Amino acid sequence: MNHVINVQVENKPGVLARVASMFAGRGFNIHSLAVGPTADPTLSRMTVVVDGPEMEQIIKQLYKLVHTVKVTELTSGQGIEREIMIVRVNAEASKRGEIIEAADIFKAKTIDVGMASLTFELAGEPDTLADFQELMQPYGVIDLAKSGRIAMARDAKSKDGTKARLRSA
Amino acid sequence: MSKTMTGAQALIYALEGQGVDIVFGVPGGAILPAYDPILDSRIRHVLARHEQGAGHMASGYAHATGRVGVMIATSGPGATNLITPLQDCYMDSIPVVAITGQVATHSIGNDAFQEAHTWGISMPATKHNYLITDVNDIPEVINEAFHLAATGRPGPILVDVPKDVLAATMTWHDAPPTKLPGYKPSVKGHPRQVKAAIEMIQQAERPVLYTGGGVIRAEASAELRQFAEMANLPVVTTLMARGAMPDSHPLSLGMSGMHGCYTATTAIQQADLLVAMAARFDDRVTGEVKSFAPNAKVIHVDVDPAEIGKVRNAEVPIVGDAKVVLGQLLHQLERTLDDAAPPARTEWFDQLAEWQHDFPLAFDQDPDGPIQQQYVIAELRRITNGDAIIVAGVGQHQMWAAQFGGFEKPNTWINSGGLGTMGYAVPAAVGAKAGKPDDTVFAIDGDGCFQMTMQELITASVEGIPVKIAVMNNGALGMVRQWQKLFYHERFSATDLTNHTPDYVKLAEAMGCVGLRAERPADVGPMLEKALAINDKPVVIDFVCDPEAMVFPMVVAGGSNDHVIMGPEDLPRPDGPQPEDVI
Repeated sequence: MNHVINVQVENKPGVLARVASMFAGRGFNIHSLAVGPTADPTLSRMTVVVDGPEMEQIIKQLYKLVHTVKVTELTSGQGIEREIMIVRVNAEASKRGEIIEAADIFKAKTIDVGMASLTFELAGEPDTLADFQELMQPYGVIDLAKSGRIAMARDAKSKDGTKARLRSA
Repeated sequence: MSKTMTGAQALIYALEGQGVDIVFGVPGGAILPAYDPILDSRIRHVLARHEQGAGHMASGYAHATGRVGVMIATSGPGATNLITPLQDCYMDSIPVVAITGQVATHSIGNDAFQEAHTWGISMPATKHNYLITDVNDIPEVINEAFHLAATGRPGPILVDVPKDVLAATMTWHDAPPTKLPGYKPSVKGHPRQVKAAIEMIQQAERPVLYTGGGVIRAEASAELRQFAEMANLPVVTTLMARGAMPDSHPLSLGMSGMHGCYTATTAIQQADLLVAMAARFDDRVTGEVKSFAPNAKVIHVDVDPAEIGKVRNAEVPIVGDAKVVLGQLLHQLERTLDDAAPPARTEWFDQLAEWQHDFPLAFDQDPDGPIQQQYVIAELRRITNGDAIIVAGVGQHQMWAAQFGGFEKPNTWINSGGLGTMGYAVPAAVGAKAGKPDDTVFAIDGDGCFQMTMQELITASVEGIPVKIAVMNNGALGMVRQWQKLFYHERFSATDLTNHTPDYVKLAEAMGCVGLRAERPADVGPMLEKALAINDKPVVIDFVCDPEAMVFPMVVAGGSNDHVIMGPEDLPRPDGPQPEDVI
């Protein structure tokens, strides 16, 4: 099962290497990792998706790194998760119509059109991306890139989870 | 003080400010600027003959004194040679700071002469590390480095300083208090957990206080003893904790684990409660984890939260400094007992006494046979009365020293436990003696270990650091040979050293030491006495020992601690453990 961990780290040189080295050295698997700034310029946020049962050890080992400020595990539903994907599919003239139609349902944006291919951009929940990817598979996926998941905890004050999801969409 | 100085001067000035009195190092190109102000400093520099030696010296110094040890090396090979001592200190939680030179900032990444990516290489071998790119950062970085090395779970810190940073000028400013938002080690245990622990201890019928090296690092031996006595708990000391509880104390069971004594290992197996005090359930202690102490509940006290639950789940986890938590436990116990006696646990103590009687640590010294290493150690223990600081390398001699050293005080047993670094003893002894010049420092070393780092005896004689080294010369890489004997059908691959080349007496003399030799059991006592009487030079004694001797008791690597092998006759063969099963 995949777990999503949010790691707030001091924005210092080499901090990504420290986190990556810890994961490698301890034998923990990283499924995806995304790093970026936060609203506070002294902090960066890493969203790490890991698989494996050793969540408690992973969190403790992350805390052991001197530059780690806060680690939050986001279990399903607690977090707002987003990912962006760029996918290029085979699109010969006869199939083009139905491919674009399918992309429209997902609100995927066409960002490149070639002689025999179409390239889409889709941002959203990881499940949605997976669904879209599956839908494109039969046409022939030529290339695909994903940003890795980014996530943050839902606002604890929001009682109504559904509403919060809608607002953030 | 607001004074203009170079980065090099600032570095040395910052070290002085941390109370550093001695550093161990080897100079070279990139670190050259830092060596100039050392000449004008009150800090003593000990010139090691190899950077690895300098690193282990800093470690031995830190072990013996409890203060932060400092090692210095140049860039490239100087820095890479420090990796072994750094990893060694990391595994054993020894506070040290390494200062390494680096090529000039504009050359970094250009494969410059003697360039290595020291920051990257040392990252997994240190608690934290730095590359200084601005001369003005020196006061803060040195301050943080010493703070990190000594607080929380102690460990090694490396500070890499490029040559141009050392040469640049700055105006000195005192470092402000360290600001590390992500580093706040817990010191005090949670009161509710402390209370739960005492309740559990009071109810236990077969408890064991399983003590780790953290007790020594936390300087908590007095509290440990007081707590064991007040709660009436038998005490097991791990390899790293030898000396935390006096071996002569009636509650002491000695060392447990792979080569631990039967009673200590079996007491843990049969316990209904383990009070793990700053111990980390190392594989050499637990053997096969799933059969380790199968009926015991666990109270785990550790300053490092990541150790709790890493190997064994704890019913009562307590994150905190061992000294502080022991103080809290004592306080809570006092309130609970309120003049009442703790549980007597007569059945349990009777059982332990029976095991101690039936399965003691023992050896036979045939007066006409070859010298047994255990005999040398027992004689040393007898003659020095447990007052000497014993330093060991890694292997058979180390295990025998741990078994028969008879440790009465903390910081009198120094060895490489976690990493198992052969060659540790000679340089670590030099560091220990430099830090504790009034104490007798006696290294028990194997001949294999000795040949790895013996050149540091040159350092010892030139610097006037009179250590004593007992070379247990069995002409073999003894522990490896023992495993070949037990698990590889006596196929002795690459473990023969011969016991006459080199000639250790001549070698000692060539390095400015006194060289002695003992070939018969009757020579052992007199040679030790002779060595102890020499205090102006390092002494090496070549003890020509039995090559066939094996360390027992023994639990096969990865095997269950339920099966303690007391001697070769206990070994289940040939259907016993096969080579692929042992690590």
